[in-house]
Amino acid sequence: MSRKALVISPELCIGCRGCQTACKSWNQLSAAKTTNKGTVENPPDLTPNLYNKIRYVEVPSESNPVRWLFVSQRCMHCDDAGCMKICPAPGALFKTKEGAVGFDKEKCIGCKLCVAGCPFNIPRYDEKDKITKCNLCSDRIAEGLEPACAKTCPTGAISYGDRNSLIGKAQGAGYQKLYGEADLGGLGVLYAFKDAPKVYGMEENPAIPESVIFWHKVLKPLAYWGLGGAVVASLVHYVAFGPKKDEEVK
Amino acid sequence: MTNHWIDVKNADVILVMGANPAENHPISMKWIMQAREQRGAKLIVVDPRFTRTASKANIYAPMRSGADIAFLGGMINYILKNRLYFREYVANYTNAAYLVNPDFKGPGQLDGIFSGYDEKTRKYDKKTWAFQLDEKGLPKKDMTLKDPNCVFQLLRKHYSRYTLDKVSAITGTPKEKLVEVYKTYGSTGKPNRVGTELYAMGWTQHTVGTQNIKAMTIIQLLLGNIGLAGGGINALRGESNVQGSTDHALLFHLLPGYLPASKASLVDLKTYIEKLTPKTKDPKSVNWWGNRGKYITSYLKAIYGGNATKDNDFGYAYLPKLNEGQNGSWLVLFDQMFKGKFEGFFAWGQNPACSGANAGKVRKALTTLKWMVNVNLFDNETGSFWKGPDMKPQEIQTEVFQLPCSSSVEKEGSLTNSGRLAQWRYKAVEPIGEARPDSEIMNELYFRVKKLYQKQGGKFPAPIINLTWNYGEKGADGKIKKLDIHRVAKEINGYYLEDVFDKKAAPPKQIGKKGHLATNFVTLQADGTTSCGNWIYSGSYTEKEDKVINMMARRGKKDIGGLGMYPEWAWCWPVNRRILYNRASVNPDGKPWDPKRTVIKWNPNKLDPKTKKPAPGWDGDVPDGPAPPMADEKGKYPFIMRADGMGAIFGPGLADGPFPEHYEPLECPVQENPLSKKHRINPTVKLFYGTTGPHDEPKKEGGSAEDIFYSCDIRFPYVATTYRVSEHWQTGVLTRHEPWQMEMMPQQFVEIGKELAAEKGIKNGDKITVSSGRGKVWAIAMVTDRFKPFKVMNATVHQVGLPWCFGWQYPENGSGGDSANLLTPTIGDANTLIPETKAFMVNIEKA
Repeated sequence: MSRKALVISPELCIGCRGCQTACKSWNQLSAAKTTNKGTVENPPDLTPNLYNKIRYVEVPSESNPVRWLFVSQRCMHCDDAGCMKICPAPGALFKTKEGAVGFDKEKCIGCKLCVAGCPFNIPRYDEKDKITKCNLCSDRIAEGLEPACAKTCPTGAISYGDRNSLIGKAQGAGYQKLYGEADLGGLGVLYAFKDAPKVYGMEENPAIPESVIFWHKVLKPLAYWGLGGAVVASLVHYVAFGPKKDEEVK
Repeated sequence: MTNHWIDVKNADVILVMGANPAENHPISMKWIMQAREQRGAKLIVVDPRFTRTASKANIYAPMRSGADIAFLGGMINYILKNRLYFREYVANYTNAAYLVNPDFKGPGQLDGIFSGYDEKTRKYDKKTWAFQLDEKGLPKKDMTLKDPNCVFQLLRKHYSRYTLDKVSAITGTPKEKLVEVYKTYGSTGKPNRVGTELYAMGWTQHTVGTQNIKAMTIIQLLLGNIGLAGGGINALRGESNVQGSTDHALLFHLLPGYLPASKASLVDLKTYIEKLTPKTKDPKSVNWWGNRGKYITSYLKAIYGGNATKDNDFGYAYLPKLNEGQNGSWLVLFDQMFKGKFEGFFAWGQNPACSGANAGKVRKALTTLKWMVNVNLFDNETGSFWKGPDMKPQEIQTEVFQLPCSSSVEKEGSLTNSGRLAQWRYKAVEPIGEARPDSEIMNELYFRVKKLYQKQGGKFPAPIINLTWNYGEKGADGKIKKLDIHRVAKEINGYYLEDVFDKKAAPPKQIGKKGHLATNFVTLQADGTTSCGNWIYSGSYTEKEDKVINMMARRGKKDIGGLGMYPEWAWCWPVNRRILYNRASVNPDGKPWDPKRTVIKWNPNKLDPKTKKPAPGWDGDVPDGPAPPMADEKGKYPFIMRADGMGAIFGPGLADGPFPEHYEPLECPVQENPLSKKHRINPTVKLFYGTTGPHDEPKKEGGSAEDIFYSCDIRFPYVATTYRVSEHWQTGVLTRHEPWQMEMMPQQFVEIGKELAAEKGIKNGDKITVSSGRGKVWAIAMVTDRFKPFKVMNATVHQVGLPWCFGWQYPENGSGGDSANLLTPTIGDANTLIPETKAFMVNIEKA
């Protein structure tokens, strides 16, 4: 099967957050009690129950009071996925046939190494210490449906489909290069930006931390030699990132 | 909407003013963005605040709330000065060439008012607003548009006062922004360029609401944008079925299908028809409202059936009558309730304790009731008003009945969207608990009320006990066991009660069979042989070749010319016409102004599909009548709903002037109207609190304290407006109970510009108090660049804005805050009395 992807076009996004709700609805994620912090953006960050969030970015504009950009934040479904690289628990993170990075809570050991391995700060842990994040609505796409966010988007700011043809389409619409086209082996969530990624609050050249790559090569195989995943995980964590602290998770 | 949602994709320029579609009508942005991306259309957003819609605009122009007519008047001036208008369209399809009474004078001559104003009654005598008539009784015309008394020249004179400098000083919009907007929108005056306008409550909720829209229709007529695909003037309705409820006479001054409500002076049906049916002596004018007699009679037959006979005037006497000058609009109703004039109140699918302007007064008004019935999905601030803030439950005698009703997916029926498209919807799930569809609740209510009238007689039982109410099988007690909504839809469509003939044909041709559903309103009769619950819906549930068809349930996907009209998808009133006034989309010879956007075109070689004989006719959308093009001997004018068949640039029908004139909101930041020294506010609005002097200052003891206002007063120095947000629905009764929506938008907020925040020492996220002459609310400060100070008449004017979707009752801990309508004033539009909640004055302080 050819690789599937989402293309997100902030130029078309109207910030209505239909996608944020549709995601919660399909994935049956509970809501948090929030307060208004002086911005439309809410909750302030991704949570175990928030896989997709619209960030409201205000940047200066010459002709207008402000330039107001709406950018969806969620798992990027990297081809070369840092989270998968470092995850010591076999099968906890996996690639679906469509190319999405799926997760299996049953197999997750709660080590949170994936948090360190992710260049986009995406994985969150639920109350049972199991990974959660956008899985590109794996259950929907396996049945040939589009993800809930894309389905609900009124303007086509989130479009789902065959990755190559989406890229072709975007080129036709004047986007020479999409954000994430070549990064990390090619992202499964591509962005049609008119400006430098940093304007939208995204990193220019996202990369997996060196340490993750190192430990992926050296230590992770130990798990397969019989050391328990959890033991390896804490070892890796300790050596690579220091003692595990709760704050890191937050 | 003259057009429809999908049609927005056909526009070259889209002006969004008085609306915020990205937040309140997100799906419309699909078509707006399609026009922008695929046609290269320009999106212009004019709004006091940089909204989510503005974030998508090619041009954003900030404008102080309440200055729309100044802004649009400036555009009219610009179009005329730079000759951007579509001359052929203007001369042939509008009343621009008509000559007006030479005694007519405008506000430029009379310091703020038109001729005929009576200060005492606050009304105009419109004698001088009339057209000059020739010996045949037709308006005199000057097709060169040069006569100083012709509408075109009067228009020019009136708006010559709206110079760029003046407009900029009133609106606070920088001059270069004005020019950019005017130039871009003015570019649609060419036959192959079309512009559309989208508005909502941002235009209607002003003391000059009707005139805001009128100003835009003048622009659209000047530019030749009405009737064309991608054009028109389009009201974005605030609820999915508001169009339907208006069509079916939700408003006090109407009967279904926009027939005027009856009043005491119209003593019988003959008088009603004579007085209210517009007449024309022009053979080229269709004057569709000339059919009023057929529609009112068929309506009476629908509701009173066999009890409506020729002998009893078809039951006309049963219709409720308004007293002369009586007004039953929202503000007046609640004012009367406040004064203790009501015993009971049905709050049906609404939440006036939060949605009503001056909600504090509304809440007090509710305390005067003996009983209230609250029909809703949830209890709300209205049903529980007696335990709300500042209430003393022990002193309130109101008995409240809560009736739970079904949600839209728990019942079957039709729903009419802004584009007049009536779509049939099916029940998806059973209602929860004891909830019932509204129609079932009405059925129960009707049965009981009828029984009481039958038993006790009462003053006038006939109008109730004589209703047909044939909506299903009756039980032994006489009550309809289960209300069949299809029967309601059929009654609305109408029936032939006898065999009906076209008597103009020789020999008379049968056009309707007794007992069958009516084909459409063209076949309705004034003699009691047809029934029709709402003439504009005639044809929505009909019969073809003896087969009953619910046209609203159709789901055909065939399109015409790629314009997105989809004539086989559901059904659209009138007679499935997708674009109103489409005869104006062609030139007088019947050829489309823009062949690339052919809505209709005259086809002289057309063949009758059945007989294959030549039958010249129209191709495309359902035309505004089958008559040949206007230039033809038998041709007709395009604006068939107007008595003279012409688009009205000069509109003598309105209460406050034939041309829109800028007046300040009741509460505004300037001491006098920058255009005239004498009349600060619309001189014809109904005052709930007395004013005095040329600047309409509040009188001492001008009314009850609840209605007080403060204009140009340092105690309330900031302009405010209210709005909705994508995350909540209306007052939030549905969405505040929805945790996902609350997570995104949990609390009342107020958007404040950075400059004002700095002045007041307010930081982003601070809890502050917003107050007006009527009340106060707390809100979280959203300090932002999206609001910028305005330069108005050389002074700095700050504006703030806050939503009205919150209420004290839910969330239960009060964390949401309360409705912004606690701040809004008691004043309404001069024509409709729609409350002015979009421009008023407030103060802000750290809480």
